[in-house]
Amino acid sequence: MTELLRSEWIKFRSVRGLVIGLLLIPILTAGLSVLTASGSQCGWGYQTPSGQQESGGCSAPTGPGGELVQDTFYFAHQPLTGDGSITVRMTGLASSALQPWAKSGIIIKANTVPGSAYAAMMVTGAHGVRMEWDYTQDTAGMPGGVSAATPRWLRLIRAGDTITGYDSADGTHWTKVGTATLAGLPATVQAGMFAATPSDQVTANSSAAIIATGTFDHVSIAGNGTGGTWAGTFVNSGPPNPPGQSGPGGFQQTSTGFTVNGQGDIAPDVPGNNDSTGTPISHALNGVFVGLIVVIVVGAIFITAEYRRGMIRTTFAATPARGKVLAAKAIVLGSLTFVAALIGCAIAIPLASHQLRNGGNVVDPLTALTWLRVVIGTAAVFAAIAVLALALGAIFRRGAAAVSTAIVLIVVPYFLAIALPNLPTVLSDWLMRITPTAAMAVQQTIPRYPQVPAPYGPSWGFFPLSPLAGFAVLCAWTGGALWLAAWLLDRRDA
Amino acid sequence: MLSAEWTKARTLSSTLWLLAGAIAVTIALSAGVVAATRCTSVGCGDPARVSLTGTYLGQAIVAVLAVLAISDEYSTGMIHLTFTAMPRRVPVLAAKAAVLTALVFAAGVIAVLGSMLAGRLMLPGNGFSDYPSLASGPMLRAAFGTVLYLALIALLSLGLATAVREAAVAIGCVLGLLFLFPLITAFIGGNATLQRHLDQISPMTAGLYIQATTGLRSLPLTPWQGLGVLALWAAGALLLGSLILHWRDA
Repeated sequence: MTELLRSEWIKFRSVRGLVIGLLLIPILTAGLSVLTASGSQCGWGYQTPSGQQESGGCSAPTGPGGELVQDTFYFAHQPLTGDGSITVRMTGLASSALQPWAKSGIIIKANTVPGSAYAAMMVTGAHGVRMEWDYTQDTAGMPGGVSAATPRWLRLIRAGDTITGYDSADGTHWTKVGTATLAGLPATVQAGMFAATPSDQVTANSSAAIIATGTFDHVSIAGNGTGGTWAGTFVNSGPPNPPGQSGPGGFQQTSTGFTVNGQGDIAPDVPGNNDSTGTPISHALNGVFVGLIVVIVVGAIFITAEYRRGMIRTTFAATPARGKVLAAKAIVLGSLTFVAALIGCAIAIPLASHQLRNGGNVVDPLTALTWLRVVIGTAAVFAAIAVLALALGAIFRRGAAAVSTAIVLIVVPYFLAIALPNLPTVLSDWLMRITPTAAMAVQQTIPRYPQVPAPYGPSWGFFPLSPLAGFAVLCAWTGGALWLAAWLLDRRDA
Repeated sequence: MLSAEWTKARTLSSTLWLLAGAIAVTIALSAGVVAATRCTSVGCGDPARVSLTGTYLGQAIVAVLAVLAISDEYSTGMIHLTFTAMPRRVPVLAAKAAVLTALVFAAGVIAVLGSMLAGRLMLPGNGFSDYPSLASGPMLRAAFGTVLYLALIALLSLGLATAVREAAVAIGCVLGLLFLFPLITAFIGGNATLQRHLDQISPMTAGLYIQATTGLRSLPLTPWQGLGVLALWAAGALLLGSLILHWRDA
């Protein structure tokens, strides 16, 4: 077998076209990734009253879990030192275009800096009472909307680092909704009422800025430091407002209680969501599909060139065990393309991320382990697709057929899922599960959050299958093709 | 010369299979997408574009057919025979292009008719309440334009394959050129002007504007301008192929 591997390696490196193709893999992958990253921009700008232009790049704070978050809402608050509680009754949540995840309620937050830890009990536009904390956590409370006829009582009790949320329909019988442990919560926190609404995703006018108004009464707050006046703060993780302009939102004291109105969302920053600013890491690997086409051509030609030149007969005469020849080719091809793709991705991500940041984009932060999974996973996908093309070449014995089949299996489904906005989701989901393209899931770094409305499609780095499941689908295709190729090789004439 | 190319084309069994495959695949994909498409709250899609979704796969097969028309001659060595019989090479390419265009045109008409029929049958039931008559101006333009589009794709592929000669590499280049332009453009965030410009020069994206019957004002080019961009690409590819044909050894 070692001799076989050596001879396949010699065959590979002696064909100038194959070596050029192999070198093109990292060059094109990294090159195109960097090029498209340089074209991406994100930013804000406004004109000050004195006529000056102010502008800047996008930014997003990170939450306690390290993920990018949106933290924009109007906060009517008082300081709370040590243990305490806040209880309100809500009788309404109104908005010019009520979003399913419009939210208003009570919140205990470490401070008013965007991205700080918090726990909140809230009523939402279409999802009933929820308890949410630290951006990613969300638990359901009582279902149904809030109105004057169906009020909702909300309570948060703080004990040290632990905040427990309760809800009630009548103010007497309370149900525990959830318990949040916010590690390292400072002694003095801010507690109070809030309102926020994501931008309009219900009607087609998605750029409309809307406000949600929560109506509160029976407001009681207990604990050290409370009992004074309520302070109003526009917590804002989005673009800054021009000077002299306070953020949208406010609070009023009414005869019975308060109304708080605000805009924004307290949630993880999900690419594809209308208000998001983060860029997924898959956008730093845009060159992958160019690299994949080169890999497909190299893999197919590695075996079909032998058929074309008739050299296949020599190969099989030297090694009658044809399956072994195929295996040796697969090992040599797979290892070479893995290394080439690894280099390409390892260069592409930091360079492309740098270019993205230069354009004002915010790149989603990755842990070292996730980064490794993306880079090694993508390189493994390249290798598996190369071997798939090799197997197709052995099956069809013609380069044209192998390359076109591979491209139709791998590039076209991805293209259909991304470039056709009207494609029914069921079709694009099915495409992303069944075809070898499912393996692109190795590039997914952000989980889906039910509480954040977003398209959750491949163009934003979301895939129906988990990274491992997607890669397994590709391996099934490659394995099946290899098996069929070996079987055909044995049965057919060379 | 034309009859020689016609004989070559019709005696190759793969020609018939590929043409039939292009027709079948186009109609199948169109029918599948049309059956699954529903109107959303935002609005219904473009009826012509949805009905003709099969073009995306059909064009791939047409491209393969065109590439094989010339690359097969190189791989079997028959190109020497061809150029010995007919020393003037560019007219040979022109004859190939003519025969190819005629074949793709015929197959395209069948494929487009089938797809539009599928749309006409299924889309009104899926919520497309004011489905325009197939004989109306925009729908005719979309249908006829798609046939022209397929022919231009074939010419573009023929030109590139003449330049590159290797079938596998040529197909990689053609399909890459077609599908990767819009894929890459889709990922450039926040830069609408750059995306518009890239869409204007992309052969597939611009060429498929010919299928648009709604939302024409928001397109970067008019439908015929878009098809013109693809025609320019095809002309450029054929020119490149002719030059290389002229200067290099067979």
